[in-house]
Amino acid sequence: MPTAIDRHELQRLLADEQAQLIEVLPEAEFADEHLPGAINIPLKQLDRESAVRLDRADPVIVYCHDTQ
Amino acid sequence: MSPRAASRLESIGFERVYDYVAGKADWGSAGLPLEGVNGSETRAGTHLRADVPTCGLDDRLQTVCEQLEKSGWDTCFVVDDRRVVLGRLGRHVIRTKENVLAEEAMTPGPSTIRPSARLADVVERMRRQSLTNLPVTTSEGRLMGLLMRGDAERALERLSS
Repeated sequence: MPTAIDRHELQRLLADEQAQLIEVLPEAEFADEHLPGAINIPLKQLDRESAVRLDRADPVIVYCHDTQ
Repeated sequence: MSPRAASRLESIGFERVYDYVAGKADWGSAGLPLEGVNGSETRAGTHLRADVPTCGLDDRLQTVCEQLEKSGWDTCFVVDDRRVVLGRLGRHVIRTKENVLAEEAMTPGPSTIRPSARLADVVERMRRQSLTNLPVTTSEGRLMGLLMRGDAERALERLSS
């Protein structure tokens, strides 16, 4: 089961464990604003093919706009 | 949306999947940088003055006023030990220099904005409400600084040119 984290744990994972940061909102919303270092894989495009660009050895953090 | 994305990644075979549930709304509200077309440069948090004076509830107004005269500021925020905004000492109160505590003189619960607020929206609000400045606080209520209307208007002009 995925682990819910807050911003402090996110910052730690990025700094200490080379975590990969993924914004899953549509491309236009990513272009509008995103966290530094994030890449964009919209939820509707998230599948085995698009996930090839991610390293399975490192943690993956996903986020969207808020809790909705 | 992110919980579904996290579950999808696990179904694909990723073993260490984390969900930053509060998302970029939380990130921006904490005053952390955002990139993109409407990134940090277009937000209130980038253009504030962080050196706005603060004092504690138990500070004496006269002492605060003396310090303000030296600094050139005509306002001061009353904060707790975590910089959470409790009140504001405005120009009028500061002029009186009454022999009271800051807690007794302050206007409690001043209106604040988040650092992620869009500059264009803030300027529009300041003009509509005839505000010359607005305090910027994090989502936890901690004071980051004061956004001056003049600074905000100039930044907006630069961004649109």
